[in-house]
Amino acid sequence: MRRRIIGLETEYGLTFYPTGTAYLPMEKVIGYLFEEVIPTGWPSNAFLVNGARFYQDTGCHPEYATPECASFKSVVTHDKAGERMLESRLQPARKKLEEEGFTGRLFAFRNNTDSMGNTYGCHENYLVERSLDFWRMAECLTPHLVTRQIYCGAGKVFTVAGQTRYAISQRANHIHEASSSSTTSSRSIINTRDEPHSDAERFRRLHIIVGDTNMSEYTTYLKVGISSLLLTIMEEDGKLPSVVLEDPVDALRQVSLDLDLNMPLALAGGGKMSALAIQWAYLEAAEVHFSSLGPGVFRSLLNQWKAVLTSLDSDPTELADRVDWIAKRQVVRQFMDKHSCGLDDPRVAMLDLQYHDIDRSRGIYYLLERQKRMQRISNDNAVAHAMDNPPPDTRANIRGRFIRFAKETNRPYSVDWTYLKLSGYFEETILCTDPFASHDPRVDELVATAKGDLYHI
Amino acid sequence: MSQKQTHHEQDESPPEETEEPTGSPAITEKGKELVEDLDELMDEIDDVLEKNAEEFVKNYVQKGGQ
Repeated sequence: MRRRIIGLETEYGLTFYPTGTAYLPMEKVIGYLFEEVIPTGWPSNAFLVNGARFYQDTGCHPEYATPECASFKSVVTHDKAGERMLESRLQPARKKLEEEGFTGRLFAFRNNTDSMGNTYGCHENYLVERSLDFWRMAECLTPHLVTRQIYCGAGKVFTVAGQTRYAISQRANHIHEASSSSTTSSRSIINTRDEPHSDAERFRRLHIIVGDTNMSEYTTYLKVGISSLLLTIMEEDGKLPSVVLEDPVDALRQVSLDLDLNMPLALAGGGKMSALAIQWAYLEAAEVHFSSLGPGVFRSLLNQWKAVLTSLDSDPTELADRVDWIAKRQVVRQFMDKHSCGLDDPRVAMLDLQYHDIDRSRGIYYLLERQKRMQRISNDNAVAHAMDNPPPDTRANIRGRFIRFAKETNRPYSVDWTYLKLSGYFEETILCTDPFASHDPRVDELVATAKGDLYHI
Repeated sequence: MSQKQTHHEQDESPPEETEEPTGSPAITEKGKELVEDLDELMDEIDDVLEKNAEEFVKNYVQKGGQ
């Protein structure tokens, strides 16, 4: 099975809840969050020793871009590593603020919406073969991206025109086009941004911005794994279902509100299919394409996908240990039962928000995880390791090794996804255009000559 | 619903390999057990849930991101 480079960019919501009423500009909070992570005097943007990029995005959001990952589990682990890194910065930042007289508590949420209807995202990046026709790929993938929320949604309690409802997806209402080049003004299901950060003749980047940010590792795994698997089928000239939705953006919203999972979606050229039926059609196509596949990651993923669809068909609550929107909905229902309150109770809105609190002492998701109610894909040790170590099997390994060396020897450097440069010592820019290459002789040599055997592998 | 049923009828693929951790009877059983001791979970949620819910949620406003 061919390998694929995958990365996730996750934007976090940030808020300071003051004890007093002092106004506190979020720029200040962000400044303290990034302190120590990023060398003094640098803009709020930096690559880390694990090869990831941690920076301040549009609108004052801390954003973490995972290093290049070559397996589904690796993506899940590195995405969580970014979350833990941000969590580890909350206390120090809060203390600094306190020293300046700003007392209160600092929160970071791994979700997609605030109370005013602003949104921030979780962007998926998949390196795909340039030979694939982009528009055909977009057409084949769109029904999947519209319907996968039934097992990828993060769940959301929201109120419109005085009516409070539970929706499957946080992001569905913020998507306005099927495809576009913008990520902010006119968000789309598939973004046309094409920065492969590699040989552009061989590869392009598929940038998907429609997905929710997930708390559940399992949900992230399904989201990334199944989408990647469908890309593989296309790259191998396999057949995907010939389903075309009449209005993908409208369908996205319909599915998000269809908690019974049986709403028929209008197809182009007539006919209707439910989101679940469309997902079954994709699974069947995948089963046909991979029919000769032996045991392994892909086989396992296909089995998990099937188990998830089967549960969605019969009893979705079975997925409360795997799928965010179902886990959260179950907690919300139980809370309402216990307190005899409605969905519009402010405590329910708080519960919804706090499900996404990344502080593990407060976050409702982590309460579920601690009680072993959530299935995991990674584990605490692997996530802790990923905070300091790049994936060993991609270009991130070269970058991480280079950055560690530069930091340990106190040398100024500049780094981007495709190049490494040590200022004032080794002026040559080292280009790293192959994201699959995990070693570079020039970096090995640089580390060895500058530091002797200590850093020599 | 008829579409879903059709899919089940068409779905005659062989039983899954045993390596599979998901959807196994053991996991489903565990899920049922967990549902039964929810009281403890709900008490813990009451403990950690922010007390000033209405104000907190109302004040949770971000500048737009991507």
